[in-house]
Amino acid sequence: MPLAPAITDIEQLKDRPFVADLLSWRADAVESVRFDRNELTIYIARESIREACSRLKAQGLTDFMSDLTCADFYPREPRFELAYHLLSMKRKERVRLKVRLSGDEPSVESIISVWPSVNFFEREIFDLFGIRFLGHPYLRRIMMPEDWEGHPLRKDYPVEGYR
Amino acid sequence: MGHLNANPVLDAAEDKTMILNMGPQHPSTHGVLRLLLEIDGETIVRMMPDIGFLHTGIEKTCEAKFYQQIVPLTDRIDYLCPMVNNLCYVMAVEKLLGLEIPPRAQWMRVMLAELQRISSHLVWLGTHAMDIGAMSVFLYCFREREDLLRIYEMVSGQRMMTSYFRIGGLALDPPLGFFEKVKKFLDRFPEKVDEYENLLTGNRIFIDRLKDVAKITGEDALAIGLTGPSLRASGVDFDIRRDMPYCGYENFKFKVPVRQDGDVWARYVCRVEELRQSREIAKQALEGMPSGPTKADAPKIVLPDREKMKTQMEALIYHFKIVTEGFAVPAGEVYHAIESPRGEMGYYIVSDGTAKPLRVHMRSPSYANLQALPQMCEGRLIADVVAAIGSIDIVLGEIDR
Repeated sequence: MPLAPAITDIEQLKDRPFVADLLSWRADAVESVRFDRNELTIYIARESIREACSRLKAQGLTDFMSDLTCADFYPREPRFELAYHLLSMKRKERVRLKVRLSGDEPSVESIISVWPSVNFFEREIFDLFGIRFLGHPYLRRIMMPEDWEGHPLRKDYPVEGYR
Repeated sequence: MGHLNANPVLDAAEDKTMILNMGPQHPSTHGVLRLLLEIDGETIVRMMPDIGFLHTGIEKTCEAKFYQQIVPLTDRIDYLCPMVNNLCYVMAVEKLLGLEIPPRAQWMRVMLAELQRISSHLVWLGTHAMDIGAMSVFLYCFREREDLLRIYEMVSGQRMMTSYFRIGGLALDPPLGFFEKVKKFLDRFPEKVDEYENLLTGNRIFIDRLKDVAKITGEDALAIGLTGPSLRASGVDFDIRRDMPYCGYENFKFKVPVRQDGDVWARYVCRVEELRQSREIAKQALEGMPSGPTKADAPKIVLPDREKMKTQMEALIYHFKIVTEGFAVPAGEVYHAIESPRGEMGYYIVSDGTAKPLRVHMRSPSYANLQALPQMCEGRLIADVVAAIGSIDIVLGEIDR
């Protein structure tokens, strides 16, 4: 099965329930869409991510928060991309919401009020990438020791540590 | 991890309560989990898990390796079911590559993944019962697990860190006599499960320690991120193998055990029933095992057979190129999730088009499941914590990565 080219045209994807709902809710919050390898990705404006998650939950389009993680595209700017993997158990479908963050004091609103399960995931990203989640009640390091310096999963942090 | 002395957040309120430190070397925390308990007498007022003692930075290491070199790392995340980890990782990479896997390799993967589920659940059952005080069950479970470890050794050369599933198929075709051995095990296994159940299911002490303990409702469980048998014990009927099939699971018939109570007992019943269902799936896979190749036809990605390498020039060149410079993976990102014995295991891989991944993230089920522990235990007795930890079946290697 050769790879089909990715679809990035919003016109072709606007009939998909997740895209349609977010567009009808606030079209300006949807930055771009991408359908690649059978997976739907929606880029959301940084300020709207909590409301977008809350909207999808309230509409019954997603009923489970699978995973939250980050990738560092250093030296590109905006440097970080957060990936929110949401699942609809009812409709047996996944969607990925993404948020782009710049490398200069990156921060984003916490979605812990919508999905309490992101607690550890947001702490992990804070610890390993140094992204602040505003509104998280207990944003502390989770993997590394409290007094650790730096954020190990950033690309400018060496694999074998500083020498 | 850290703040080993005073804890600013969990500070005993007034003089009525005290802080009890449980772990990280406590035997019933199943690894290096540290729990901070604020207790009033023997009742838990608040609980806070402290993790990270086993953090090895596997995700960072992955970024410095070729795609095929990451397979052995995935073994070490959840060491009770290494092949399930292998499966999730290789399927994610295959999705990135758009690679098709021959049916025999798929069937073998399903069969071995289910055997792994059995051996993982056997460790859970043995240790869970031992935590409660039933020592002998542990020995019974490890007896059958030993048979399974020998099966893995036969097929991959390793008992635990198997790395048997590779990108594009399997490492090798299974050796002679392998299927007979699996058949012998599967034929004998149901009566062994009966044996465990004889020891536990009707046992008064066991029931008293498990029933109505550490309850969680389906709604709370979904909100806090619980998956797998623990979620199904709270009445949520969702199993990725059945509802979003991967690796050919749509060809197998099996029941997904669901219980409504959401207590430790329900989780026990669900997992024991899963032992039987996994045996059914493995048996179907064994009986319907197709013949044919076990590797995809992709010479630039899959290592050639030893025999070909010695006789064909191209095979030798491909081998040299794969080992020295890896293979480029088209740019893109995938999230692939499978049902591990503990719940939803997902791999998120971002490729930038080179031979090394830009980012590999493991969504490990234990990590999310652990978040449910405080909710289950607050307001209950210290002795119930031990039962609750056993019932969510955490593996610390997977939590800390």
